[in-house]
Amino acid sequence: MSEILAYGFMIRAIAAAVLVGTLCSVLSFFVVLKRLSFLGAGISHTALGGIAIGLVTGLNPLLTGSIFAVGTAVTAGYISRVGKVSEDTVIGIFYAAGMALGIALISGFKGYYPDLFSLLFGNILAVSSRDLYLIITVMVAVLLFVGLFFRELLAICFDEEMAVAGGLPVNFIYLGLLASIGLTIMVAVQLVGVVLVAALVVIPGATGYRLCSNYRQMMAVALVTGLTGSLGGLLLSYYYPLPPGAAIVLLMTALYIIALALKPFLKSSPFNTREGRDD
Amino acid sequence: MDQVISCRTVDVSINGRPVLEQITFSVETGQLVGIIGPNGAGKTTLLRAILGLVPIDRGSMLVLGLPVAQVTSRRGKIGYMPQRQLFEKHFPFSVADVVHSGLLNRSTIFKRIEKADQRVMEALALVGMENFARRPFKDLSGGEQQRVLLARSLVRNPELLLLDEPNAGLDFPAQQKFLDLLQTLRNERKLAIILVSHDLLSAASFVDLLICINRVMHLHGHPGEVLKSATLKDAYRCQYDFLSNSIGLDGEKK
Repeated sequence: MSEILAYGFMIRAIAAAVLVGTLCSVLSFFVVLKRLSFLGAGISHTALGGIAIGLVTGLNPLLTGSIFAVGTAVTAGYISRVGKVSEDTVIGIFYAAGMALGIALISGFKGYYPDLFSLLFGNILAVSSRDLYLIITVMVAVLLFVGLFFRELLAICFDEEMAVAGGLPVNFIYLGLLASIGLTIMVAVQLVGVVLVAALVVIPGATGYRLCSNYRQMMAVALVTGLTGSLGGLLLSYYYPLPPGAAIVLLMTALYIIALALKPFLKSSPFNTREGRDD
Repeated sequence: MDQVISCRTVDVSINGRPVLEQITFSVETGQLVGIIGPNGAGKTTLLRAILGLVPIDRGSMLVLGLPVAQVTSRRGKIGYMPQRQLFEKHFPFSVADVVHSGLLNRSTIFKRIEKADQRVMEALALVGMENFARRPFKDLSGGEQQRVLLARSLVRNPELLLLDEPNAGLDFPAQQKFLDLLQTLRNERKLAIILVSHDLLSAASFVDLLICINRVMHLHGHPGEVLKSATLKDAYRCQYDFLSNSIGLDGEKK
């Protein structure tokens, strides 16, 4: 184990795994509660268009991809509310359009893109100090937003109609959540790539949702799943000939399947007790 | 009695399509009012208009003494219970969490809500669910969930309560229990309650005033008068002979 820490790139990779694993777990909690799983997949694929713009123009692909991801998430949310079109429909259109734009730009440009494969499938071992600073910045911004509006986000996820009627600024908070998901997906792209990143913002929350009757426990389980998956996947890829991105997603999927299998046996566990049952 | 709602010739449209026209009625303190009509009649839109969530095109509507456009400042005095299918039934909330969510509004953002736990328990006690506070909400029966959602709409101590199809999906004993609870709340707390229902029988049997709408207002009056009116079949666009088997023309159950 100590030999791993002898390499600078591994230390940065471990730091990135911990930071992104934590961030994705927190967001996946809301993605699952608000049923936004398709949004996660849609944003990541749409971002390919933004990443391609970066590659072709020489701008930072992560920056252009982030702008695209946040823009897509917020626009999809806005259109679905104002235009009364379902979010799935809007994302379904953006999903394909973003991918098409990415393919068109990349295929039409005569050049070499050394980072293209990494962006599609991730390369956590190539995370630089600058990337870590970017991840930390995004993490602080997103966790600050979630921390400030945690109660309101829960209320909106539970019953949006009631939240509106009660006087909460639902549109502002909801669009803020979508923007946070867009940013999180873009920093997570470095771990597992555009193709696999949706798993990171769905599986941890889905595992917690499956096991728990209480949102506090669900958040804890999501964090454990996210961190175990991202760190464990990284270690697996160090010892075995596996790409880190694929190892991370496969390990998280295995954890979710274990949760599915364990659920019937957890009826009397702390996760499922009617705590303080006093009737 | 104070007038809680005064609605005069109100028109409401959504995306340019008229949904409600020429709606006129009033509700007073301590009154229990039923709004009936077939599916798509505009019942829920009328509740949303009272809440100020849907703008009115024409006419005037005063809610708690204020023009409806200004009612946002008094939302805390209006309890609202949306239709059951709108909330997440398997959400990992405890019963207390559900009721606590009813305390949240624009002014509580970034702030600690004073005596929140006490207010939650008081609201649960009003509906007889105080012993369920820490139970997972998703483990409750449909009737118990309705009572918890009612507690959520009562937690801000409202003067007006708006209930949208509260009996939908409940079996008969649960419906009766819920309606008895509303009667008690009305009598003890002098709440003005408006209840939307597409079920004529359950609504007519216990409200003081019945309003029958189907885009326009067809009838408005004592349940007995409304049920024996020939206009009722115009509102529902069908015969309602089945009613006479269950309810007498004076509104009394046979």
